[in-house]
Amino acid sequence: MRIHYITGLAALFVVAVHILMRLIMPFHTSLQYSNVIANYHNFPYVVLLESILVLLAIHGFNGLRIMLLELRQNRAWENGVTISTIAAMIAIIAFGTRTIIIANGLGVV
Amino acid sequence: MPTSNRRGLIRTTEEDRNNREGLKGWLNPARYGWERVSYWLQRLTGLFLLIYFVGHIYETSSLTGGPGAWNAMLQFTETSWGHLFLILVIGTSTYHSTNGIRLIFTEAGRGLGRPGRPDYPYDALSLNYRQKSGIWVALILAAVAMLYGGNVLFGGE
Amino acid sequence: MSGIIKKISMLRTRQNTEERSKKSLRVRSSVVLRVYRSNKANGDMARFDKFDVPTQRWTTVLDALLYAKAYKDTSIGIRYSCRMASCGSCGMKINGRPRLACYTNISELESDVISCEPLSNFPLIRDLVTDFSQFFRHHKSVQPYIINQNTDLHDSSELSEFIQGPRDVDEYLQFSYCIKCGLCYSACPTVATDMKFPGPQALAQAYRYSADTRDIGSREDLKTIDDKHGIWRCHFAGSCSNVCPKGVDPALGIQLLRGHLMSFSKHGKKIAELKHHSHGNQLS
Repeated sequence: MRIHYITGLAALFVVAVHILMRLIMPFHTSLQYSNVIANYHNFPYVVLLESILVLLAIHGFNGLRIMLLELRQNRAWENGVTISTIAAMIAIIAFGTRTIIIANGLGVV
Repeated sequence: MPTSNRRGLIRTTEEDRNNREGLKGWLNPARYGWERVSYWLQRLTGLFLLIYFVGHIYETSSLTGGPGAWNAMLQFTETSWGHLFLILVIGTSTYHSTNGIRLIFTEAGRGLGRPGRPDYPYDALSLNYRQKSGIWVALILAAVAMLYGGNVLFGGE
Repeated sequence: MSGIIKKISMLRTRQNTEERSKKSLRVRSSVVLRVYRSNKANGDMARFDKFDVPTQRWTTVLDALLYAKAYKDTSIGIRYSCRMASCGSCGMKINGRPRLACYTNISELESDVISCEPLSNFPLIRDLVTDFSQFFRHHKSVQPYIINQNTDLHDSSELSEFIQGPRDVDEYLQFSYCIKCGLCYSACPTVATDMKFPGPQALAQAYRYSADTRDIGSREDLKTIDDKHGIWRCHFAGSCSNVCPKGVDPALGIQLLRGHLMSFSKHGKKIAELKHHSHGNQLS
């Protein structure tokens, strides 16, 4: 449970910063391609996004794992749920990191 | 010897599973007070936010396709229904976070009072208004956040 | 903020007291008792039988069931004993909520139809009677007794006692009021799906003995508690405390035990001393 509490609290802080970034410019302007790509060229913001990705992936899939473990109690199910949720965590972190790296390398239009 | 009985989505073949409420036990928030409602909402909002998180990661990946792909994705998400969905996300994340903080304290035994000598009508000490008000605060904050989000999204800022 | 919470609490208590006194005045002369019937051993399918039962202000659900059994259908299967909320035998779902039949007044239910069903999450034997074997197995698994190797009970030449003040007793007293009625086990959403979860009653009793200063054993290491299907499956839904008829408040015990496990509360439990008597065979 400690992992769940720590990732939850930490994610709360970083997501709050992510949302508050929307306050620096009007919402609809902030969604323009050039403005979004400019964010990905800002290293501290990239670190923020990566930490949101990792923390929320762990918190979310661990929560799903907790719920699924309660449904059945045989070894095959428990191992399957644990492996699947960890695999899903890794996959989503990998996919999101790919987006961050590629976007970071893209030029501003 | 008690015989088996299938209930809900869980196939019950072992004796121990007999008459278990199964998922129906989770999905029914009524009859047991505010804490049961908050448990039910915490699970629902958690699942909803996980689905949104996966969708959001996929949505932002359209950046890698260049401005054309990004604008195509925005045409899909920047609609009235998209905004309503986002308002729901704002509300559920606010509720889930605030209630989560309440649970961090209560599940560690904080804010529940000290054990004592129960007397009629035997009201449970742990179900006190101090921690129960955390649920109401979470719901109110979620509503306020949804109103603010609605103002930003539909207000044309 | 705490002032507002206190005011809400006081208003609610006054409201509840007023409601309780009002409820006792609404008396129905008869109600329809809807009783769950099932006897799989005989091949009878589950059904609800209805009985018209006369009631008075003081009639409990147990009284109504026994009337139906005596005058309408003697085959109704029902378990009861003390009739005063002391033994925990008559637990059942009444109008969808786990309650003790002897402790529930017909008038407080405010309904013309009273549904009686067996407790959920327990294997069904027949009609309203359920099997408590697994429930008792979970209870035994938390070592529900004082563990103290310092006391030599075989040496009775010098009778003694543990020094335990009122504050030490208050730490565990309410949890010792548990009558093992199983209502909390029936209400718990985790028990509804998780077979290995010991249940609120067993976990609260684990806390009861851990908090007792006469006990020097540590139950926190027990597999049944510190396990992914143990105490960590509790998410404070509070339903157990909501239905407990004796004010045991199992949810409080479980969260306090979890606080100990997560090192959020003080470690270093106080151990009660044995009172030593100065002379051999005499009681001081």
